[in-house]
Amino acid sequence: MNIVLIFLITIFSVSLFFYGKSKTKTISIKDNIKLNALPKFYGYYLVLWCSIPALVFLLVWSLFEPVIIKSIIIETAANQGAIFSDKNEANLIYEKIKAIHLGTYFGDIDSILRESALAYAKFINLFTNSKVVLIFGIIIASVIYSLKKIKNNNKARDDVEIILKGLLFVSSLIAILTTLGIIFSLLFESIKFFSVINVFDYLFGTNWSPQRAFVRDASSITAAEFEELKDAFGFIPLIAGTSFIAFIAMLVAVPIGLFSGIYMAEYASIKVRRISKPIIEILAGIPTVVYGFFAALTVGPFFRQVGENLGLTVSSESALAAGLIMGIMIIPYVSSLSDDVINSVPQSLRDGSYAVGATKSETIKQVVIPAALPGIIGSVLLAVSRAIGETMIVVMAAGLAANLTINPLESTTTITTQIVMILVGDQEFDSPKTQSAFALGLTLFIATLILNYIAQRAVKKYREKYD
Amino acid sequence: MTKEERLKKRHRAEKRFRFYGLTSIFVALLFVVILVQNIFSKGSSAFKKTVITTEVFFDQELLEIQNGASQEEIMEADFYDIMIENLIKAYPAKDRDEEDELLKLFSGDAEIEIKKAFLNENNLIGKTITLDLTASDDIDQLHKGNYPRDLPEERRRISDFQLVIYDYFVENKKISKNFNNYFFNNGDSRDPELAGIGGALVGSFYSILICLLLAFPVAVLASIYLEEFAPKNKITDFIEININNLAAVPSIVYGLLALQILLATIQLPRSTPLVAGITLALMTLPRIIIPCRASLKAVPPSIREGALAVGASKFQSVFHHVVPLALPGTLSGTIIGLAQALGETAPLILIGMVAFVVDIPSSPVDPSSSLPVQVYLWSESAERGFVEKTSATIMMLLSFLIVMNFIAVYLRQKFEKRWN
Repeated sequence: MNIVLIFLITIFSVSLFFYGKSKTKTISIKDNIKLNALPKFYGYYLVLWCSIPALVFLLVWSLFEPVIIKSIIIETAANQGAIFSDKNEANLIYEKIKAIHLGTYFGDIDSILRESALAYAKFINLFTNSKVVLIFGIIIASVIYSLKKIKNNNKARDDVEIILKGLLFVSSLIAILTTLGIIFSLLFESIKFFSVINVFDYLFGTNWSPQRAFVRDASSITAAEFEELKDAFGFIPLIAGTSFIAFIAMLVAVPIGLFSGIYMAEYASIKVRRISKPIIEILAGIPTVVYGFFAALTVGPFFRQVGENLGLTVSSESALAAGLIMGIMIIPYVSSLSDDVINSVPQSLRDGSYAVGATKSETIKQVVIPAALPGIIGSVLLAVSRAIGETMIVVMAAGLAANLTINPLESTTTITTQIVMILVGDQEFDSPKTQSAFALGLTLFIATLILNYIAQRAVKKYREKYD
Repeated sequence: MTKEERLKKRHRAEKRFRFYGLTSIFVALLFVVILVQNIFSKGSSAFKKTVITTEVFFDQELLEIQNGASQEEIMEADFYDIMIENLIKAYPAKDRDEEDELLKLFSGDAEIEIKKAFLNENNLIGKTITLDLTASDDIDQLHKGNYPRDLPEERRRISDFQLVIYDYFVENKKISKNFNNYFFNNGDSRDPELAGIGGALVGSFYSILICLLLAFPVAVLASIYLEEFAPKNKITDFIEININNLAAVPSIVYGLLALQILLATIQLPRSTPLVAGITLALMTLPRIIIPCRASLKAVPPSIREGALAVGASKFQSVFHHVVPLALPGTLSGTIIGLAQALGETAPLILIGMVAFVVDIPSSPVDPSSSLPVQVYLWSESAERGFVEKTSATIMMLLSFLIVMNFIAVYLRQKFEKRWN
């Protein structure tokens, strides 16, 4: 139905374009007046008026129709005596009703379901009809309005430009909408989570075992279950594991990245730089799932083998393997940014240092790096935020069990791994376990936001210093 | 310490420092080589599959159809008995157990392969043809040399008797390697020898197409607004801060957003390229806006002023002059953003693309997989055959990325004007 409507709107718009163009031409010839814009702008004007209101309406309607129908149907089913204790069962019944309507349901159909399916068909019909009627109403109204404007020889180009400018503005608002969407979707579930689990139990608990949270209905919890839940969601092991793996990654990425950046900025000839810089940046372009595969199937077993030969017990999902590979992935983030930053240190500082007899490396160590330090710290912080938000490497190569350890040969888990583990496959909505993933997501979001903010401030301040 | 000694020491430090820098670059480059070499050495064998040359006799009594039977009749006919009858003739087996072991050397699709051969050539009843039937995963891995045969029997997936049959096949040149059409045409399967990336390819294609259709226009319009029209005020600043932050938000957070808004609230179908495309579009948007704005910014003000001077409106100066000049940079930024989206895995896992989907999706609202998710799924499988399949999928993924990045660089170098 929607496709037919869009098709019709397109046809109307196209024909209105030609109508508007020729109409204004005839008006100008007949009445011998000078048009306020080229005839094609009158065409565009009609097209915009015909299509935008109708399309916006169609979009909004399509977004809300399923939700509204669903709530109506579930209510009618409940009125007719359908019994469901929670949202999941209600969803199941709704799906059944939908399947009966489409003729794809082959289970037992009782009278309640049959009645509801009939009601569903009725509502679908009603909604579709009213949608079509309303859309045509909107098109007619807006076309009449715009035709009237055209007949009065309005300044069509200005009007078209105002509308288009509005369109441009709306496009740029999508960034804000996305941010709002992220914040709301994370907050919504997190608030539910924190209404069951105390924020402090979450932030300072030392035990993470969400599989214990079997309780499905959060509103009817016994005291014993509550005690159980209270220590199932301790955040400390996750942040410890995440920081630990990120720390290992930074141990790899910072020296290699920084030295490569320094070499490329200060020593390398233009030719070497032109070849090596893109090759290093390949490391950032490889999908993380590839690193994960490499870490899990090659590096992990390799470390284990080496450990066995040395008489050490190395977990095949060791923090070391995940951290090492993550560090390699991050090298280009550090190297490219620090390369840029070092390049923007003014030459006069170096010349001054050479003038008093310092060697090149002494100049770099004692003049260039201190001058570029805020920028370098900014780039390292950006790399850290990449590391803690990185998902696939740790999902594939780090462990699943949350244990507090500082032994890099043991397995640890991270925030992102836990989010994936909780949400992969079928989830029960409204269980504290599912909600905890959103709380973790919120924590991650805030942490990366703060890191990025500080990093961007640092880089910006540094840039201003030498501009 | 004399002056000369001190100077020598300082020069040594200089050399050391230089060496550290060179080593770092070398280590990073070395890693690229190791990674690519590792993937290629593991994956290249997946493009070939092992086949066993078998003679198939179409016995009319077993088939119960006549020569000249219609397409439908053949489709409905049961080829199972024909398959069993012919396959056990491949090697002189003594009893039922040995026959069973022999049958296990062929893939689960042997019956379908025989049926297809029958469909392709008409009037085969009562005749014998030679067919290349796909071998099972274990034989495939053994033949490719990925599987050690000198282990004790209980630790092998292939029995001693099967090894004897294998050697017999090799001796009689009945076993060979063909191009692996299944790898490109089939969807996912529990059997490594039948599993392919056909479904994942189509799923990725739809997702990226939807991502392109949504993200590109919005990103271009938004960057035009911000770069050319936006007044300097709080709202503009706020939008800019938002875009910069969104570009740095971990991708998994977009997965959570899609789960809550697209799946739970709007109730779009799970595991589909439609949802994947929208999620990737939201994620790619800020990453495209940033290069788009940079290329708009690179167009010198003289272009705008020239257009305005001859009486163009602000809009005309932007859309007729600035945007076409910025287009190469815009396009290459978009392609690089799409390349990142193509390799993105975490948000797709959250929206349920990890479901086991055998069928190749025919539209963006069918459940499907995508290339990176397929890599993740197969890497979790225990079977040996999936290791080479995973590596080969990575090779495909990487070659797409290389092609996309190459196009982006080419566009930029060929069409972008340099302003001095």
